[in-house]
Amino acid sequence: MTTNAQTDVGFHAKQHGRWHWSEFAFWIVVLAVGLAFPSRYLIMTEILRLALFAMSLDLILGYAGIVSLGHAAFFGVGAYCAGLLSVHGIINEPVLALIVGGLAAMVLGFATSFLVIRGVDLTRLMVTLGIALLMEALAERFSNITGGTDGLQGIDIQPIFGVFAFDMFGRTGFFYSLAVLFVLFLLARTIVHSPFGLSLRAIKNNPLRAAAVGIPVNKRLIAIYTVAAFYAGIAGALFTQTTALASLDVFSFERSADLVLMLVIGGSGYLYGGLIGAAVFRMLQELFQWITPQYWMFWIGLVLVVIVLVGRHRIHAYALWLPNLILKQIAGRKAAVALTDNEAP
Amino acid sequence: MTAILTNLFDGVAYGMLLFVLACGLAVTLGLMNFVNLAHGAFAMAGGYVCAVLVNRMGWPFFAALPLAFVASAVIGAALERTLYQHLYARSHLDQVLFSIGLVFMSVAAVDYVMGSSRIFIKLPDVLQGQFDIFGVGVGRYRLMIIAICGLLTVGLQLVLSRTRFGSRLRAAVDDPRAASGLGINVPQVFAFTFAFGCGLAGLGGALSAEILGLDPYFPLKFMIYFLIVVTVGGSSSITGPFLASLLLGIGDVAGKYYVPKLGPFVIYTIMIVILIWRPNGLFGRTATR
Repeated sequence: MTTNAQTDVGFHAKQHGRWHWSEFAFWIVVLAVGLAFPSRYLIMTEILRLALFAMSLDLILGYAGIVSLGHAAFFGVGAYCAGLLSVHGIINEPVLALIVGGLAAMVLGFATSFLVIRGVDLTRLMVTLGIALLMEALAERFSNITGGTDGLQGIDIQPIFGVFAFDMFGRTGFFYSLAVLFVLFLLARTIVHSPFGLSLRAIKNNPLRAAAVGIPVNKRLIAIYTVAAFYAGIAGALFTQTTALASLDVFSFERSADLVLMLVIGGSGYLYGGLIGAAVFRMLQELFQWITPQYWMFWIGLVLVVIVLVGRHRIHAYALWLPNLILKQIAGRKAAVALTDNEAP
Repeated sequence: MTAILTNLFDGVAYGMLLFVLACGLAVTLGLMNFVNLAHGAFAMAGGYVCAVLVNRMGWPFFAALPLAFVASAVIGAALERTLYQHLYARSHLDQVLFSIGLVFMSVAAVDYVMGSSRIFIKLPDVLQGQFDIFGVGVGRYRLMIIAICGLLTVGLQLVLSRTRFGSRLRAAVDDPRAASGLGINVPQVFAFTFAFGCGLAGLGGALSAEILGLDPYFPLKFMIYFLIVVTVGGSSSITGPFLASLLLGIGDVAGKYYVPKLGPFVIYTIMIVILIWRPNGLFGRTATR
């Protein structure tokens, strides 16, 4: 029995980080869609940006179980940081500015993580929300630096590596965003499949038990919160670089709330959830705005209410029904099971 | 000196207003442990009912106030029976998502029905102007708010701590199974309490239109203030939120007057510091969940 169980554990550890063929297919499809609709670069870039942002929240909510209503704080810091670096011509290399934006958000994430690990869910909600509002208030008050309600003026992003200039069709922006998203996805994938990532899941499932088996709960939560802040900062900097905009609404509550919605649509606790959720959310938004330009918020709200009432897991079970059926036909039962295994419990 | 006193008075009035708006949430979030971010939507409903009755149909202000309470309570009861009751046992995240959804829907719906411009309620002459007490300008309307709030606080505290209903509610919250075993109709108690909380929000919305302004984005704009009052105040009694409202009201008015550069910064900092110091609020008990 013992040997059997041990080999079983070893088998799972090896299996855990291995690429499933459907993942290759996913990224090939993303690239193919990008190449197929050159007239839609702008909205596709937006989806990639949102996907990165959603992945960031997934790291803390889906993997570590930290509820946050203020993730826009880090997004905004990254956005303003990249914008300011460009306006004042401090760092002209976009990739470098991107990383600095992410690091700035990371510093804030590390500083505020100590507040977030205290207390229950409700306290966390309030403290994260409060931090985002604080940042918004600061950005508004120090208008001589941030431009106040008008936003930053004169953001001009230089060509990437001095070669690829940002064009008006958003072509460069799209491939730049895709590259950034893919690199950070690989990093996130490594993190969540590492022993560190597995210990996070243990903490999410039962913090008390995790502490009892010797996992340093608070240290792990601080670490992942800091990493997630870095990701959100990169998403914000990417926003500024691809749109040449940075204004107060990067900190808005709606931005944080929409983000939670994306994650709920796509499913939290597996990395593709955020990516898929961001795409579905943005397309839904586009659809609703097309139907009722002024009142689309109503329909977004209705979607949220229905999702919660029907139950998030049941929705995903429905959504996975067709892919599962197809996979069963192509690759037999194993692949289908693998797809559902990735889903959040 | 008079400037300080005037500020203090305005701060107290503002705090009382926040208390009227938030004490319903203190009951639903604090006692029933339901994170209802849509609380402001019920307040907005009350405000608009009052505005329509007074401005369009020519009702007297004092007759419209109770109706604002009743209208919000009825909406609250209907939603509680159909939707909210399924979510009591769910996680806080589900409750947050659900109530944010409701907020989004209410914002768009009110925008559709009432238009997006900010409206004010025509006050009767009795409430306009101010008394002059030792050089301190005391607005009549603000004085009335303080009076109403004082009565509400005492009334609520008495209902919760002294009456049979209060003890049933506390029992139902602490242990629903044991409570229903003792013959308490738990769903009914919850529905009534929720509706009452929504009614209070509606009353607050009607009273606040004059000072805070009423527009479709009301629930989003003031959501954070209600939440601060309840989380900072804690949930074991009505005194906690009451003191938190006072602290918040005075702090906000004084902050805007003396350090306008920092604005809401002061309030958010106070909240974060207090929550770190006492995660369950100033007067909170240990969280059950």
